Amino acid sequence: MSESNLNMAAEHSAAMEPSPYAIPSRKLAMWLFILSDACTFGALLFAYGYLRTASPDWPTPFKFNPSILNVIIMTVVLITSSLTMLGAVDASKASDKSKTMRWLGLTMVLGAIFAMLHLREWAGMIHEGVRLFQNPWGSSLFGASFFSITGLHLMHVVSGVVAMAVVGRGYSRGSLTAGHVESTGLYWHFVDLVWMFVVPLVYLMNVSR
Amino acid sequence: MENSQFVYKGIGRYIPVYVVLLLLSGVQVFIAYAGVLGSGRLLWFLIVAIISAALAIMYFMHMKQERSSFFWSLIPATVFVLLMMNMIWSDSFRLLHMRPH
Repeated sequence: MSESNLNMAAEHSAAMEPSPYAIPSRKLAMWLFILSDACTFGALLFAYGYLRTASPDWPTPFKFNPSILNVIIMTVVLITSSLTMLGAVDASKASDKSKTMRWLGLTMVLGAIFAMLHLREWAGMIHEGVRLFQNPWGSSLFGASFFSITGLHLMHVVSGVVAMAVVGRGYSRGSLTAGHVESTGLYWHFVDLVWMFVVPLVYLMNVSR
Repeated sequence: MENSQFVYKGIGRYIPVYVVLLLLSGVQVFIAYAGVLGSGRLLWFLIVAIISAALAIMYFMHMKQERSSFFWSLIPATVFVLLMMNMIWSDSFRLLHMRPH
């Protein structure tokens, strides 16, 4: 190796260092995004807890039918979509394009069903008179916290479905890799994980008796 | 990552975790309606949600297959940040009890 090549290698050695966690930088970036997003949802849920604790007239409007029943169906749909996403990730790792696309498509359909059920739930609440800063039952901040938390989650679901469509298209054309499918999968599982906290704290803590 | 050595075996190996996650969601609904836990139900909701989240992170997000240094670099720091948010409670209780009647 010539001296100039050696100098160049020395200059770029930092860039060629192996990953400290033996994972691609794309995956590390997705994990860092997920953890920062977890703090965002955490802050929202803590703010909601603050308001709920400080308000003696916090409403408990969620009846088993239709609200809680709807939430149970949404939960089953979302957890099932995580399972189908795992199918897509595993199939892409095995370079099986047709299976990857099939699983991704199924996950997108389940995500879309979840979003539609969520909008149905919102429509029901709005029909009952819940607005951002007013509702027929009690603390006026109930609507703001309910729509903020579930709205942010719904936005994540819709973004995930769009991301899956984009990544699926790129993967089927060969411009994106299995690593992209895996990163999208990580995001989708996170959306599922957040829902596991939203359901008990926002819905089940406020069931109507 | 794309790996020619990786053999696709279907989603069967994830089914046990999937079933447990569904059952834990059922447990949360049970806690909401059973009424036996009284004011302690929030604690039980959180315990069940944390177990569900841990299962999702370890098995669905494959954290179990990553290096332990990866786990220890990321998760405790995030948990610490979330725990620090608990500082708000004293103020929310103050607001509740100092409210004019």
